Amino acid sequence: MPRIGRTSSITTVLAALVIVGTLSACGSTGGGDSGGGPTGSAAAPKSGGGASFDTAACNTTSGVTPGFSNGVATVAGATKSLSGAGSTFAAPAYSVWTKAYASTGSQVAYQSIGSGGGVAQIQAKTVDFGDSDTPMSDAELKAAKGGPILHVPLLVGSVVPAYHLSGIGSGLKFTGDVLGKIYAGAITKWNDPELTKLNPGVKLPDEPIAVAHRSDGSGTTGIWTTYLTKESPTWVSKLGGKATSEGKEVAWPVGIGGKGNEGVSGVVNQTEGALGYLELQYALAQNTTFGQVQNADKSAYVQPCLSTDTAAANQAHFPADLRGDLTDEPGKDSYPITGTTYALVYQNQTDKGKAAALVNFFSWVLTKGQDLNHQVNYSPLGAPLQKLAMAQLSKITVNGTPVAG
Amino acid sequence: MVTTLDRLDGPDRLRRRRSRPRLADTSFRYLTGAAAWLMIALLAGTTAFLVDKAWPSLRQYGIFGSLSSSRWAPSEAATSKGNPYGILQFVYGTVLTSFIGMLIAVPAAVAIALVVTDVAPRRMRRPLSWLIDLLAAIPSVVYGFWGIFALIPALKPVVTDVNDTLGKVPVIGKVFAGPFFGLSYFTAGLILAIMVLPIITAICREVFATAPVSEKEAALALGATKWEMLRLAVLPRSRSGIVGAAILGFGRAIGETIAVTMVIGNSVLTISTSIFGQGATMPSVIANEFNEATEPFHLDSLFVVGLWLLVLALIVNVIGKIIVSRSGEHIA
Repeated sequence: MPRIGRTSSITTVLAALVIVGTLSACGSTGGGDSGGGPTGSAAAPKSGGGASFDTAACNTTSGVTPGFSNGVATVAGATKSLSGAGSTFAAPAYSVWTKAYASTGSQVAYQSIGSGGGVAQIQAKTVDFGDSDTPMSDAELKAAKGGPILHVPLLVGSVVPAYHLSGIGSGLKFTGDVLGKIYAGAITKWNDPELTKLNPGVKLPDEPIAVAHRSDGSGTTGIWTTYLTKESPTWVSKLGGKATSEGKEVAWPVGIGGKGNEGVSGVVNQTEGALGYLELQYALAQNTTFGQVQNADKSAYVQPCLSTDTAAANQAHFPADLRGDLTDEPGKDSYPITGTTYALVYQNQTDKGKAAALVNFFSWVLTKGQDLNHQVNYSPLGAPLQKLAMAQLSKITVNGTPVAG
Repeated sequence: MVTTLDRLDGPDRLRRRRSRPRLADTSFRYLTGAAAWLMIALLAGTTAFLVDKAWPSLRQYGIFGSLSSSRWAPSEAATSKGNPYGILQFVYGTVLTSFIGMLIAVPAAVAIALVVTDVAPRRMRRPLSWLIDLLAAIPSVVYGFWGIFALIPALKPVVTDVNDTLGKVPVIGKVFAGPFFGLSYFTAGLILAIMVLPIITAICREVFATAPVSEKEAALALGATKWEMLRLAVLPRSRSGIVGAAILGFGRAIGETIAVTMVIGNSVLTISTSIFGQGATMPSVIANEFNEATEPFHLDSLFVVGLWLLVLALIVNVIGKIIVSRSGEHIA
């Protein structure tokens, strides 16, 4: 018996040694490859190698906390809990909102299961509200069990071209057409004349571009491909027309698929020569280098940040049912690849308490909640869009009677 | 051989049991029987469920429709007339990554098993096999992480050399062509090799242990070296056992999901001829897309992928079981 005891303790020690050895090896390899690691505050992207931002537009924080006044009086008789499900893009904002909103005594549970899931759940009426980054299609609306659905935009976020090139920092310049050609496989090298022409003074390497995209359906992809479709004829023709060149999921002609924002940021951070698209907050959190994009007016290159997203949001034009998009908004300082997320709410509610709770929560999100967006690197809605969103809430009815006053 | 059990089950004992059936005996029989039937019902139920869920897509595109194409483009489902849900590239990716895994894991597992059963000093054998078994305790997602952050950076210089040498050779160059971005069939195969190593080693160990001691001693007595003894007395008897172990490992590898999804590059549109290119496997496409499967027949077609994966896994496992059970009475 004592013999066996000794053997097993030796084994334990051996196993521990092996595990420790492996872990430290992983640590050093990973750290060595990431090209420098954290270099300061997340809000200040690293520059270098001739690439940099002209940060004038981003040094201001005006408009980041708009302080909208509450236009709708709190409706009495509301239930104390709500459930919602959908977009992962909006999940960080929901977590900030619901935490702050809990102080009013109402609990809102939000499951971040993806926009597709959000649409499916509101169609089946298993949640009080859904959330999707792309508006529901006519077919999807028709399949909803509870009648007409209202789209309520809640925030503004942006998608940035992120890359990994040793010695080159943030601030490479891109146009929508060049990005479209890269994603269509028409531009395959970093030193392609079209790229070097945009970036004089930057020594771009003679390396293949490792194109990274989402492998799962995603609102981020929806925003990115909507922009490419508007700007790049090459992209549209490669994808076989506008019907299939934009959406939460497209048939990527080239590239490496990563699951989720973290998957794409993993590919970009680990792969020399990679170019991918990320939500701004992920790029900042992961300290990924990212570029600037030519604005819709073709008058300047715009760094993605809270204030340039806000500038775009202020220019937004939307159709009456708000099923539009926020890409390519005019204005010199408007970052062109911006998007929103929509709360999906049935117009005709059956439960009076739930209806009141919905109106109360979303009118809070659209007013006080907007001042919190910047905490998770999202911008508030622009004033015109906020007004339209508030108007959506007043359309909510219970048995034909409007809920809000 | 007369054992105690045989004697106890003699006529006296049987008569007594028949006259006074014990509650424990009866309930034991029914409980174990129910457990066994439940397993069969679960397998049948899973299959029925998959067929039911996949049915809309099977009806729309034909039972074998998905196997006639290697292009997976859900976004074209609403507009295209043909079947946008081809899955040949996933079958290819699944089989190729598992095959690469076996190519590396089987020789390694055989060597390790020989060391553990016959070569290593007796007191090192238990700790050694425990260490190998510990590999099975590492969660799949950790393997994925390790692949991205440790394996890929280490592979890069080596594979780039392969791209520049073998990749330039006519004909076979296509298989080894670059550029290598790290995420690839090959990387996935390498991770799978490590993941299936414990199961293959364990079976090989059992198989080698069944080699008769008398034959081993006879070989040594005739003046054979240790290697010659292994080659003459152990390996020939174990051949089918090794093949069976490899096939069971293969069966394990084809279902592996998250580690593979993390390192394979998730390209779903075509078959890449280079093992250093990006691809996808049947489990990886399901893991990637089921959450947001909103196109027409999209979710149904993912169930079709799942159905064919089940068929593939059943075939591989049945073959493996048959071969293993033939190789020796003591292992099944």
